[in-house]
Amino acid sequence: MTPPVVIGKDLRKTFRARGNGGEVRALDGVSIEVRPGELTALVGPDGAGKTTLIRLMAGLLAADGGTLRVLDIDPAVEPQRVQDRIGYMPQRFGLYEDLSVQENLDLYADLHGVTAAERSQRYPQLMQMTDLGRFTGRLAGRLSGGMKQKLGLACTLVRSPELLLLDEPTVGVDPLSRRELWVIVQHLVREQGLTVLTSTSYLDEAEKAARVLVLHAGKALAQSEPAGVTRVAAGRSLALDPGSGNNARNLQARLLDDPEVIDAVPDGGLVRVVRAGDASAGPARNSIAGLTALPVEPRFEDGFMVLLRGTAAHEAGVDIRLQRPLPAAEAGPVVQVRDLIKRFGDFTAVNDVSFEVRRGEIFGLLGPNGAGKTTTFRMLCGLLPPSGGTLKVAGVDVRSAGAAARARLGYVAQKFSLYGSLTVGENLEFFASAYGLRGGIRRQRIDWAIRQFDLEQHEHTASGELPGGFKQRLAMGAALLHEPHILFLDEPTSGADPLARRAFWRRITALAEQGVTVIVTTHFMQEAEYCDHIAIMDGGRVLAQGSPAEIRRLAHPAEGRQASMEDAFIAVVEAARARAGS
Amino acid sequence: MESLLRIIALTRKELLAVLKDNRARNALLLPPILQCLLFGYAATYDLNHVPYAVLDRSHSTESQQLLSRFDGTGLFERVASLRTQREVSDYVDDRRALLAIEIPDDFGRRLEAGGRADVQIIADGRNSNTAGTALGYAQSVVEGFNVDWRADHGQPGPPVTVEARAWYNPNLMTRWSMIPGLIGTLTMIQTLMLTAMSVAREREQGTFDQLLVTPFRPAEIMAGKALPSMLVGIIQATGVLLVAQLWFRIPFQGSFLTLYAGLVLFVLAAVGVGLVVSALCYTMQQAMLFSFILIMPFALLSGLTTPISNMPQSLQYFTFVNPLRYAIDIAQRVYLEGAGPGVLMPDLWPLAAMAAVTLTAASWMFKHRLQ
Amino acid sequence: MKAQGAWRPKLRRILALVKKETRQMIRDPATIAVGIVLPVILILLFGFGLSLDVSNVPLAVVLEDSSAPAENLLAAFELSPYLHPQVVYSLQTADRLVMTGSVDGILTIPSDFGRRFGAGHATVQLLVHGSDANRARIIESYVDGAVGAWSARQSAEDGTTVAGGPVSIQSRLWFNSANDSHYFLVPGLIVLVMTLIGAFLTAMVVAREWERGTFEALFVTPVRSGEILVGKTVPYFGLGVLGLLLCVVSGRFLFHVPIVGSLVVLLGGSMLYVLVALGMGLLISSYFKNQLVASQLTMLATFMPALMLSGFLFDLRSMPAVIRAITYLLPARYYVSLLQTTFLAGDIWPVILPNAAVLAIMVALLGLASRAVTHKRLG
Repeated sequence: MTPPVVIGKDLRKTFRARGNGGEVRALDGVSIEVRPGELTALVGPDGAGKTTLIRLMAGLLAADGGTLRVLDIDPAVEPQRVQDRIGYMPQRFGLYEDLSVQENLDLYADLHGVTAAERSQRYPQLMQMTDLGRFTGRLAGRLSGGMKQKLGLACTLVRSPELLLLDEPTVGVDPLSRRELWVIVQHLVREQGLTVLTSTSYLDEAEKAARVLVLHAGKALAQSEPAGVTRVAAGRSLALDPGSGNNARNLQARLLDDPEVIDAVPDGGLVRVVRAGDASAGPARNSIAGLTALPVEPRFEDGFMVLLRGTAAHEAGVDIRLQRPLPAAEAGPVVQVRDLIKRFGDFTAVNDVSFEVRRGEIFGLLGPNGAGKTTTFRMLCGLLPPSGGTLKVAGVDVRSAGAAARARLGYVAQKFSLYGSLTVGENLEFFASAYGLRGGIRRQRIDWAIRQFDLEQHEHTASGELPGGFKQRLAMGAALLHEPHILFLDEPTSGADPLARRAFWRRITALAEQGVTVIVTTHFMQEAEYCDHIAIMDGGRVLAQGSPAEIRRLAHPAEGRQASMEDAFIAVVEAARARAGS
Repeated sequence: MESLLRIIALTRKELLAVLKDNRARNALLLPPILQCLLFGYAATYDLNHVPYAVLDRSHSTESQQLLSRFDGTGLFERVASLRTQREVSDYVDDRRALLAIEIPDDFGRRLEAGGRADVQIIADGRNSNTAGTALGYAQSVVEGFNVDWRADHGQPGPPVTVEARAWYNPNLMTRWSMIPGLIGTLTMIQTLMLTAMSVAREREQGTFDQLLVTPFRPAEIMAGKALPSMLVGIIQATGVLLVAQLWFRIPFQGSFLTLYAGLVLFVLAAVGVGLVVSALCYTMQQAMLFSFILIMPFALLSGLTTPISNMPQSLQYFTFVNPLRYAIDIAQRVYLEGAGPGVLMPDLWPLAAMAAVTLTAASWMFKHRLQ
Repeated sequence: MKAQGAWRPKLRRILALVKKETRQMIRDPATIAVGIVLPVILILLFGFGLSLDVSNVPLAVVLEDSSAPAENLLAAFELSPYLHPQVVYSLQTADRLVMTGSVDGILTIPSDFGRRFGAGHATVQLLVHGSDANRARIIESYVDGAVGAWSARQSAEDGTTVAGGPVSIQSRLWFNSANDSHYFLVPGLIVLVMTLIGAFLTAMVVAREWERGTFEALFVTPVRSGEILVGKTVPYFGLGVLGLLLCVVSGRFLFHVPIVGSLVVLLGGSMLYVLVALGMGLLISSYFKNQLVASQLTMLATFMPALMLSGFLFDLRSMPAVIRAITYLLPARYYVSLLQTTFLAGDIWPVILPNAAVLAIMVALLGLASRAVTHKRLG
């Protein structure tokens, strides 16, 4: 057998945290092997150490401890020799946005010394694979997120490297582009025998690898073929039917508090549960919380959650009861959008969009990159003037409405926009004042937010230095200080690990239950299951609208598989594009 | 009331963000003071060290007397006594001497005979301003010699003498005019950039959207951005003022009230310009470049380094919309002349007008360009 | 043979980087702003806006005497191209004119002027507004000169020989006989523009790659860090030379500044300085990796010194020892000296060679230093 391409033993890397002089242990004794001709996946939540590990291999960082050989070279000692032979696509592939697609490709071909003859053979292949052929003259900065990632991949593949390192190639990419990218990678491994190491936070992607390494907080929890991880949850996966008239997400919220339950997610109208306890001990119990549970085939995600729960403590219950309960329901929808249009020059970003959201509903806007959901969202919040159509939030147009109307809104921006140099406490104080909270109430609400979002030990940390998950919590805390009636959330879970995402949705569903109206955009199709209502957008139009169950029915699932929300999404978008193309 | 509280909250946040960050705080307060010290010493047209070479062909007591006067000033330093004309050009060409004094061989004889004599002075005109100043010094040395010579030899003095006195700056020190001028200049550079970038930073980091979704009104956001910059500007001006008085000991003649009234108006105008820039720019880089491109002509056409009256008429018109021009005038006149508000009216009202125009324009742009 | 084999891919990589950098440079609005708009603004300001040549000084003349000599003196003032007298009859009026800034000084011709002139020793009083010290001094010497010339003429007419002092100065201004301040402002302008293009632009360019994360992918290719530096240098060097030509041409033909020395020396010295400025920009931005910090620092560390501490406006010899010592560390100082000499005095090798040598050493040092701080490493 050929020796592994990468052998890492007991790798350690510590970073000094900026400001407070603390240390972050990015890698804490990780060992890894990458075998030739195989696809190896690094999976783990945000901050697990995936990027650090890949950068060590690329010779961009030197380890503090342990040994690492890449292509039988130590990359810390001879980085250039490694870099001459591998291909590397960083998480944010630094495309030169002011160069065209062709110019970016040429640059990397020149740097790698690809001859003209090789190019004439390689370029058509890459163009066909990435479907970028039509856009060679376009500036890279004008490409959509998914196309940028594909171009980044193409630049990395201008020649066949002996090892291909991909750092979260699909983060921030919509399901459609994500699937296309994976087809390319799998094709390369299968047809050309390429050795690939990729990191990902999408668990479904890990299942497609030959081997996976599960990383968490700088430690390897498992290294095996994906089935090995799935097996950890063997006999623990169950599906619960909430029963007619009951909401899957409310049941799920309740189940998460059950100490016997490791994980619960709404899935296709049912609730998928991973049970705690040793699978081999006794017969599988088939009732949880008084409901009949059907055993189901475990998924990779189930195994992953079991592994993760082994290290992380069960999160304390959330208490998100509003102190000032909302006034009784007014008649009619809270948010009303009719024939909404937005044009930028001769480009129509949002074309004739209409929907309604009722009080206490969670409304999800889904769509690929550039579908127009962020533009719609910004118009709803009054940040952009519409070019046509009507738009009413709580009965008024936010853009022309006074301060009082805006005081009823809460807004969490995509990047969790906080003042990075201010501490957590100072950020909260500022937003409390901005919303006109004063005196006792102000103190009370700030204390509430700090307690509710577990920010106690970070109260005096500059918010720019918070770990990603805590930034999201602080942004939520700041947006909820004034107990808004309507909450706008723009991709709130992007880049968050599965645990944080579950905690986030528990809070959101609790708020909705008390009558808060929530409008959310997301890339994670499973999260659409938490919504009462979703709208799928593409090319500025709403392609489909309805409850999750209604949308799911639009899918054409593969043989013998239940339709997932992702299948439905892809089916809807592809059908619409085919219609537009014909 | 609500509105006021929100503005205070925004101002407080803004100041916290600036002052908490060590680097930002240093960047705001250290450069003005350092630059003030540096320029106080460096930016002067006064000469205190004029290297000169002598070609004395006369070798007479009279020529010795004249030259010892040069050496006695402390300003002139004789770097060489030359013998040939060729050496003169060597010394001037390679900049060893700024002046070369050539005394003709009949110098002593002519003076003894009661007649007139010439000395020739060659100045290195590569910097003609410096050369002119040095020649001026030489002229006064020679004049001193003439007066004494006449007195010693019973000759009448010149028919007309000019008794010159300089108001407000009796020794005509460049520093005295430069440093009060710097109060405005240094303050403007920083306040304009700070204001322009503070909005751009919020846009870049996405916090601007967050602000717009809160109950803040555009005008309140503007006020909340303007106040902290003004405060920082006034503090910087005070820093420079303290350096001027405590370090350079330039006597302050006017009233602080007048000076600060003028400064507040000026800073308000500078902040207004900064806000207009920020309304036009989306990134910090743009904001920085744009303010830089504005600051350059503001500073060069302010009268600080070269007089406004020397400029061609068209550019003099431009200086009417240059807030710095007025600020420098106010600072210099209050500082050196003790000018009161009445005399300064022609400076004060344009600043007030500029503040009004820029702030109105900025608030209009904020309202109409919010995207 | 082998060495040649190693050089070819290197050359190809450098070429690819130069091509990329040039494209980016042309497409970036910031380059246009700093590389073209600012130099043009500076050329116009320096060429037309700034002048230290004082002329047409408005002066209030308080004429208290109506004798013939007094009227005669006034007429002499009116003829002077440098002075613009405005006759008033009371000191209060004159004071008011000074206060409102309409005149720069007051010349008083006292009531006994005619009588005392006849007796051989009259005085006039000059009060100048001292808030611009340089200008005030120039005005003083203008008035002095005008009075001296007038009395010399009077004496000559009267037949008395003692006009002026026994000793008079015949001054000659070498290299700038017309005493035109453009002659030294234009070389100074070139220094500023070269500094802007060289240091300010490159400081932003390298930092931008760090900020946008474009370096990470570039690093994991066969490209060497030295090649990245060369790739950055070449296009901006080209832009610098372009800016230089723009300035030289406008200096020569728009502002009529002579070029006494040889063009080769002028261009050669300027290219050295552009390399120094590029080196400083590269060094600062490779070290700080942040556009804002890098550009502000470049501003403080290169542009301001080039303006204030280079000897272009203010005489270096008159600065305190500490500041003078600092100026020896600044490349602008050597470049200003080299430029002023080449432009106005000619190819004077004792000035050109040492200055060029210092610049060359700086190029080498900065090259080594930028090389040392540019690792293909993150963190």
